[in-house]
Amino acid sequence: MAGSGTAHMRNTVDSVLTVRDLTVEFRVAKDKIVKAVSGLSFDVIRGETLAIVGESGCGKTTLARAVLQLPPPNSGEVVLDGTDLTLLPKENLRSARTSMQMIFQDPISSLDPRMTVHQLIDEPLEIWDRGTRAERDERINNLLNNVGLEPELVLNRRSYEFSGGQCQRISIARALALDPRMLICDEPVSALDVSIQAQILNLLQDMKDRFGLTMIFISHDLAVVKAVSNRVMVMYLGKICEVATPDALYSKPAHHYTKALLDSVPIADPTRQRKTELLQGEPPSPMNPPSGCRFRTRCHAATSRCAEQEPQLQEVAPGQFVACHHPIV
Amino acid sequence: MSSLLSVRNMSINFDTPRGSLEAVRGVDIEIPAGTSVGVVGESGSGKTVMCRAAMGLLQGSNVNRSGTVVFDGHELTAMSKEEVRNLFGSGMAMIFQDPMTALNPVRRIGSQLSEGLRVRLGMSKADALARSKELLELVRIPNAAAVLKSFPYQLSGGMRQRVMIAIAIACNPKLLFADEPTTALDVTVQAQILQLLRELREDLKMSMVLVTHDLGVVAGNTDYVAVMYAGEVVEYAPTKKLFADMRMPYTEALLESIPKVDHKSGTRLAMIAGRLPDPTDRGAGCSFAPRCKYAQEKCRNEHPELKKDLDGHLYRCWFPIGEAK
Repeated sequence: MAGSGTAHMRNTVDSVLTVRDLTVEFRVAKDKIVKAVSGLSFDVIRGETLAIVGESGCGKTTLARAVLQLPPPNSGEVVLDGTDLTLLPKENLRSARTSMQMIFQDPISSLDPRMTVHQLIDEPLEIWDRGTRAERDERINNLLNNVGLEPELVLNRRSYEFSGGQCQRISIARALALDPRMLICDEPVSALDVSIQAQILNLLQDMKDRFGLTMIFISHDLAVVKAVSNRVMVMYLGKICEVATPDALYSKPAHHYTKALLDSVPIADPTRQRKTELLQGEPPSPMNPPSGCRFRTRCHAATSRCAEQEPQLQEVAPGQFVACHHPIV
Repeated sequence: MSSLLSVRNMSINFDTPRGSLEAVRGVDIEIPAGTSVGVVGESGSGKTVMCRAAMGLLQGSNVNRSGTVVFDGHELTAMSKEEVRNLFGSGMAMIFQDPMTALNPVRRIGSQLSEGLRVRLGMSKADALARSKELLELVRIPNAAAVLKSFPYQLSGGMRQRVMIAIAIACNPKLLFADEPTTALDVTVQAQILQLLRELREDLKMSMVLVTHDLGVVAGNTDYVAVMYAGEVVEYAPTKKLFADMRMPYTEALLESIPKVDHKSGTRLAMIAGRLPDPTDRGAGCSFAPRCKYAQEKCRNEHPELKKDLDGHLYRCWFPIGEAK
């Protein structure tokens, strides 16, 4: 974005999650406010995987956390299955959260090292009183089998005895324990080796199909996103740049930032190296974002109009929305 | 071409409560002067241990090592700790994976950067600080004067990695070990750092060992590639040759598992099932056999020797790709 707008909203009855005009700001000093997410809207349809892509600090994680009300956003609506979570009293919110689960970036530190795998997966089941001891044990075994771990071998071990990939499998089993409708994966593979990355991405895809999940998948790597998503939303400094299907976005990126992200992915072929100009510098501070289009300070196509006027999302091709005054055509 | 660094028959074992852990097994690697060599493999394949041992950085009573390391005419393995230390900075330097923890959190950037200049090159404090500012500019840090006075926590990950690079190149090293220098960074910053390293290598006539788990990173940034698996070099070739004509099934599997932007969306990724073998029990056959789709009976029972093609391409496989089975 660098821009705002709601042109990309589909407003169908199939929406599992609808977020409107979400704003998250943190006060870090008396007169300093970090504008992490600014007036952002999107929807996710049943069975879909929405990927959210952007650099560190663009607000991806804050956005995901605000959806879960951790902490609640400063303003905006988060409607899950017809219920606006921002209006729910605390106790109802707690039970509503069971239908949304999160998987974190660092699989090793997101599991309590003092708990056995059995305790880790049992904890949510116990808190929500799902079934008898025997039923819960059977559920735990099923979950572990589903994520490709041998229950007898892993149940009594602790997280430090496992590799990163195995810990991520345990995290996935734990997230699935309460039969969520929605899974939010925050950079689930960026701490893993490429070979293990592929295992976890395929596993997430299988779990999604098997349990009919709807997913939000956060990543800074467009190549990873391509394999798993149905719709991609590119973010920059708390705003949306572009929303499209992965095939459209990758073959014809319309936003200069999307193109720059694509050009940064290394090519595993020494004879096909790019000669294109790299995106220079780093995103400006979210405490003092640029006027107009927030990407203009690093954009080679920026004009005076970009500083004066904030671009709104507009449809440039069927299903492809871009917030840019000078989209690539 | 003369070798700047040559590692011969290096083996590193760690004594652990579970028995001897074989981290590096009989590795031979040559780094020709003026080149960049990629060392590729999964976590636990022995890449980092190999580099640290080559620099003489592995200490401790539980470390058993054998083999020789010759750097620029000095046999490091026969030198005292003090003598090896004198080669750091102006001979060899290293940058690490995690720029967040590699810098001292309670010292200003200027003090950390000028330390090597004062100790190695005997500069005065003022000269060293002036040179530090130039180094920060060399690694393209905007507003270098302010960064000199900053603490690491005030900088982003990409900026910290640039500072690490500035510290490493401060005394004009002949060889730079870059251990997963971009793994903790965003793709955009990764592309910038890799470009910076390419330019610095050319300007300073520096050789580089680039350790990574990503064959994509290796493709555009190295002249030779060594692929490591379970502590051994399993394939070694010029980068272009390796990508055009790979012989090792492991290298092929590693390349196929990289998600690519030109894949059709929704297609399943190729993956390497399973994981590395237990480092305390390497087994009799080929270490990769349990995960290899081409493995046959012989692979499980007999350990393959390193074979050499006529053009110097090395690989460790009984049934290499491109040969009649």
